[in-house]
Amino acid sequence: MDKRKRLYIIAGHYGSGKTNIAVNLALKLKSEGLNTKIVDLDIVNPYFRTKDSAKVLEEAGIELISPAFANTNVDLPALPKEVYGVVQARDCYGVIDVGGDDRGAYALGRYAPEILEENNFEMCFVANFYRPLTKTAQEALEVMREIEEACKIKFTAIINNSNLGCETTEETVISTLEKAKELCELSGLPLLFNAVEKGIKNVPDSFNLELQEKYYDIKESK
Amino acid sequence: MAEKVLMKGNEAIAEAAIKAGCRLYFGYPITPQTEIAAYMAKRMPKIGGTFLQAESEVSAINMVYGVAGAGFRVMTSSSSPGISLKQEGISYIAGADLPALIVNVQRGGPGLGGIQPSQSDYFQATKGGGHGDYHLIVLAPASVQEMADLTIKAFDLADKYRVPTMLLADGTMGQMMEPVELPETTSEPVEKPWAVTGTKMQRKHNIINSLYLNPELLEKTNFERFERYKQIEQNEVMFEEYMMDDAEYCVVAFGIAARVSKNAVTAARRKGIKVGLIRPITLWPFPVDVLKKAADKVKGFVSVELSMGQMIEDIKLATECRRPVVLCNRSGGMIPTPEHVLETIENLAKENK
Repeated sequence: MDKRKRLYIIAGHYGSGKTNIAVNLALKLKSEGLNTKIVDLDIVNPYFRTKDSAKVLEEAGIELISPAFANTNVDLPALPKEVYGVVQARDCYGVIDVGGDDRGAYALGRYAPEILEENNFEMCFVANFYRPLTKTAQEALEVMREIEEACKIKFTAIINNSNLGCETTEETVISTLEKAKELCELSGLPLLFNAVEKGIKNVPDSFNLELQEKYYDIKESK
Repeated sequence: MAEKVLMKGNEAIAEAAIKAGCRLYFGYPITPQTEIAAYMAKRMPKIGGTFLQAESEVSAINMVYGVAGAGFRVMTSSSSPGISLKQEGISYIAGADLPALIVNVQRGGPGLGGIQPSQSDYFQATKGGGHGDYHLIVLAPASVQEMADLTIKAFDLADKYRVPTMLLADGTMGQMMEPVELPETTSEPVEKPWAVTGTKMQRKHNIINSLYLNPELLEKTNFERFERYKQIEQNEVMFEEYMMDDAEYCVVAFGIAARVSKNAVTAARRKGIKVGLIRPITLWPFPVDVLKKAADKVKGFVSVELSMGQMIEDIKLATECRRPVVLCNRSGGMIPTPEHVLETIENLAKENK
């Protein structure tokens, strides 16, 4: 992650942790002093969204652009006009949180012409090899191809976000490094980083995540 | 040991159904259970199964009716408004004594309501739902692991007793992600000599039907079915007890409400209040005996629900109103907080020393 691109597009299988990566990446860019905006393009799943982190983002001074009805009971798949303020206006850095799978990525296709023309983006595939439909590099590659077909933008980098939720340990992550390497080889793309929860050490090329708190994070009492 | 994967509750239901030998799924998308259909759409073609998105919930449940009659393990899933649409078909399936699994990932109601989690279909699930004298076996998972385990259990119970079963979850359980271990092998296929599979001209034909124009025969059929219900009530009650050994107060909650309540019980114990939790896992049959016994020693009950108070009636019936039962609830897609439950426990303890 040496040279900053202007846009970081975060896509992948649903439930792979895209939103969490997007929020953390935006916080990182902002902490480097860059004028950063984050775009919630997920118009397929009304449950887990960037807007869950609205407070954290606001406190950090990151503008959040999300569908007008996100996190309400109105399940209306409409995209806000402000997205063009990130895609076309080139005076800021942007993190784009795309919906899951090919279905979620269709919405991104609308902005593909502008993004490809500027050609200053990183299109990141988020992989969690503990997800049941992307347990192997080959399965993950299939999802990658489906997403590319839907949004008409080719991936440029891999993010390994392999985790088992609250049961994630150092070993959990390290045992997926081989698969991440295999996915890089199969796709011919570089690994951007291995995402790890804070407190997990000894993972190479790691990127620390501040996990989001959600109302359903109900801790089991011991 | 089977490997662990990170799954959404909805995916866990779908994959567990496949592990249980279900190769036929009929559904119609509705938030917050659409991932079940999406998962089935992806997986079924790869394993020689059939995923079919019907033109409506009414159509989907009638496809289930037909396939169940042919003796196959079959399921459908929906969320509250969609489950209401399925009620006629569910009544027919119960009336024809067929095994099938219906999954309800509940959202707030009535009407179209909202898309956030709820438990307000408790009455509908446990008291019949459709017309006529019948019950569903109703299982209420409280973790993603249980979403998987109870799905398999629901198929087994359906076959064992020839009854439709319901997995009653909520939007939170459907959407939350947790590590899950799925069993490698599951139950053996059950013989179904009653199924309509073609006679090959070698036996008398079977009939799948819920129409009995002779009232004596219909009554006899209902009596027989209720004999089976009696067996289910005797053999299949499931519940979890937490800190009940020396409890003076008892919280009753299922599903997501039980997880919230467990935290509140632990917090109350730290404050010196002797409180425990009974978590019904089968909502029908309801764990009547354990509640009845609890009423012998505790001073009061709290029913924690994501509804305007439905299970509370079954608690009052089970305990024969011998102890006060208070409600701690939210509605419309809201979830009670552990603090809210704790406060209710504290008030109950203050008023019933």
